[in-house]
Amino acid sequence: MPGTLALYGRYASASVKSQLEYRASFLMHAAGNFLLSGIDFCTLWALFNRFGTIRGWTLAEVALLYGMVNLSFALAEALARGFGTFETLVRHGGFDRMLLRPRSTALQVAGQEVQLMRVGRFFQGGGVLLWAAASLDVRWTAAKVTLTAAAIIGGACLFAGLFVLQATLTFFTTSTLEIVNTVTYGGVETAQYPLSVYRPWFRGFFTFVVPLACVNYLPAHALLERNDPLGSPSWLRWAAPLAGVLFLTVALRIWELGVRHYRSTGS
Amino acid sequence: MTHSVWQQATFRPPYVLGVVWDKSHTHGGTRQPGLARADRLRCRPSGILWPMPPVVRVERLVKTFQIAERRPGFGGALAGLFRRRYRAVRAVDGISFDIDPGELVGYIGPNGAGKSTTVKVLSGILVPDSGICRVLGRVPWEERIATVAQLGVVFGQRTQLWWDLPVLESFDLLRDIYRVPRTAYESARDELIALLELAPLLDVPVRQLSLGQRMRCDLAASLLHAPRLLFLDEPTIGLDAVSKLAVRDFVRRLNRERGVTVILTTHDLDDIEALCNRVLVIGQGRILCDGSLAELRGRVTTQRCLTVDLEDAGAVVDCPGAVVVGRDGHRVHLRFDPVQVPAPEMISRFVSRHAVRDLFVENPPIEEIVARLFAQESARKP
Amino acid sequence: MKPYLAVVAARFRVHVQYRAAALAGAGTQLFWGLIRVMIFEAFYRSSTAVQPISMAQVASYVWLSQATFAMLPDHVEAEIRDTIRDGNVASELLRPVDIYWVWYCRCLSFTLIPTLMRCFPILLLAGLFFGLKPPPSAAAAAAAGAALLGAMLLSSAITALVSIGLLWTISGEGIARLSFAAAYLFSGMMLPLPLFPDWLRAIAVALPYHGVIDVPFRLYLGHIPPSAAPAALAAQAGWIVALVLAGRLLLKRGLTRLVVQGG
Repeated sequence: MPGTLALYGRYASASVKSQLEYRASFLMHAAGNFLLSGIDFCTLWALFNRFGTIRGWTLAEVALLYGMVNLSFALAEALARGFGTFETLVRHGGFDRMLLRPRSTALQVAGQEVQLMRVGRFFQGGGVLLWAAASLDVRWTAAKVTLTAAAIIGGACLFAGLFVLQATLTFFTTSTLEIVNTVTYGGVETAQYPLSVYRPWFRGFFTFVVPLACVNYLPAHALLERNDPLGSPSWLRWAAPLAGVLFLTVALRIWELGVRHYRSTGS
Repeated sequence: MTHSVWQQATFRPPYVLGVVWDKSHTHGGTRQPGLARADRLRCRPSGILWPMPPVVRVERLVKTFQIAERRPGFGGALAGLFRRRYRAVRAVDGISFDIDPGELVGYIGPNGAGKSTTVKVLSGILVPDSGICRVLGRVPWEERIATVAQLGVVFGQRTQLWWDLPVLESFDLLRDIYRVPRTAYESARDELIALLELAPLLDVPVRQLSLGQRMRCDLAASLLHAPRLLFLDEPTIGLDAVSKLAVRDFVRRLNRERGVTVILTTHDLDDIEALCNRVLVIGQGRILCDGSLAELRGRVTTQRCLTVDLEDAGAVVDCPGAVVVGRDGHRVHLRFDPVQVPAPEMISRFVSRHAVRDLFVENPPIEEIVARLFAQESARKP
Repeated sequence: MKPYLAVVAARFRVHVQYRAAALAGAGTQLFWGLIRVMIFEAFYRSSTAVQPISMAQVASYVWLSQATFAMLPDHVEAEIRDTIRDGNVASELLRPVDIYWVWYCRCLSFTLIPTLMRCFPILLLAGLFFGLKPPPSAAAAAAAGAALLGAMLLSSAITALVSIGLLWTISGEGIARLSFAAAYLFSGMMLPLPLFPDWLRAIAVALPYHGVIDVPFRLYLGHIPPSAAPAALAAQAGWIVALVLAGRLLLKRGLTRLVVQGG
């Protein structure tokens, strides 16, 4: 395992060095990434400016959700982007090359591209989170800081799991990839607001199928010491981020099945 | 010369033995024509002569692909989202062969004949439908990681180096991927750099290399972990003449001096001629011929192509022993049989009769040889 | 006219091959529309204050903008980008056609065809199940139709201008990115313009982007009354003319620069 992590680090630094070969282009992408996610928050601010609250949540409280999910997503996009662009990799034979190397395929695919330009969203999300933490009337205990970090990491695992599932789908079909993409990006949008604003079937989907609520909405309740109108027990709010890790684990198992399928069909 | 990383002792396979041994009784396979090779002798009950197991053993290997059929029209595309119709295609249809340590085997055949499928099975990428396959004593698809750790693969058309990184950094990264100990890595790397004259290229990003330079770097990259078996897929494709010679020379030395077993797929018959003691020809998923290049030629055709640029475009060409097969202005294409008229004699015969600007002799292209082999095969079967 | 129509026709043939992708794209837009409508509903239920646009109107606005998402000028035209990147602009000059209009037609087809292929299933499903209402009057429908046509031309003029900007490599990239971000915010794609704070709306109205989404769909809703339609359409047309002229000028300068520098 330490060897694996070290190798991932080597892959990551190779990818980052490659991107820095095109410095101007990298800066532009990072700035564009910052700008676009900034516009997201601008919209959110404008809505609160007009309506005041959403279902009893203030701007600062929603900003906490927003900051956490955007940090998660920026991490996942930066670290597991190789899965997101997997279709191209397969089409150009790059995946066969990975099978020719004596390392796990998941590690190689993930390390293949570490997108540094995602620092744009990362800093934007981090800024919003810090602003929310400062303006909220919350006692930031060590436990709460840990939970925040756990929720962000759990969220990153969840989104990475979605990228892995999307890549796995490439082994079976090329025409339905967009569905997972929709869930991924739609999930980011969804999690920027409290889950209680959505309709029940939608809440169910993002709790039990793709457990986005577990890395965002539920821990936020523990952080804010709010009562959940959906009635989640308090222990669950502290344990929920583990669901993200579990999701990634399951996704990686399905990935292994996909690789096996690929190796028997060669499609 | 340091050779700490070249684990295996250098040796030459004993091709000199002139006995053909039929191994059909041990494997139940069809008897294949070929050189008197050590593996045939190994089948003797005594087993004393050559105790080394083969590097590659393939028996009755079959691989079928399901090809999705597209239905026309919008409705078809929509239906295709949910349910597809498939057609089975046999890419590899019961092939068998052994490759011994230290062999340099050419694996040739037209596009779509099953070459790359075989290579993918041997390297653990693909799982076959049936048949036996051992690579370095392992079943490659069951022990992919252990198998590929001892394998080097070079694709002529795709680099395995990192496009935007300096060559040396790609090498370092490969060391980590293959877990090569530092001292072994450094001596292998420095040796390859010296052999392939890579020193001036090490700090250049791969995207800025010429094709020939890149191929040399790719060769080095595939050998850093001292593999015992090397697959070369079209290693000279698109290279200029000088680079081609450099690549061939390196591969030859690698095989002769290090005893690395090499399997080479190519469309360039000159590669085969320059390098291989044995040729496997595959067509439509089956092995059509397994033997030396001379044997292959002998089975199919002994003809050579003579191409001449005449001084006088209008001259009537008449040269006994050669047949004109094409003409394009000054250029004339002829065929002759070197068994009847050796090439040097044919050339002097031609030059004595016609004023010539330039002339060269070539082998018929692989496609033609394979096509003839096919014609023979299908003529033999009812 | 013929070479320009041929550009559009060629693109149409290419895109028709990607029907499945278009269908999937429509699915994506439906999903996003649902999320956005639910969020707006929650906001409207959280406040008793009277808003400048009703929830029902916002729902229609959201569905219309999701259906015409492909119309948003948030991209450079791929073929133009590749031509510039590979240094093949000179070969474009060899053709006996007005290069600006060829590029404009490419931008137009790049916008028009995906929009046409995606909008109908979204409009149908949103109309049947998700609260998209028909326009209140025939006049509103007619005004919206005219404005949509204008929106298409306007969006293409913006895309053409931004793509031409790529002739100035680095600064062109940067300006393109700024323009994409502005297109999202100021067109009304993310948030209907009536819900903006006044000062931000003032900026949006001063920029051309609101002519792509906000103008046609507020005409559709009757939120801009049909009586005000001529003025709105005239402003849109003004922007189209201005941006086309700016594009032609920029292209001329860019090509001169290219010839002088021997790019």
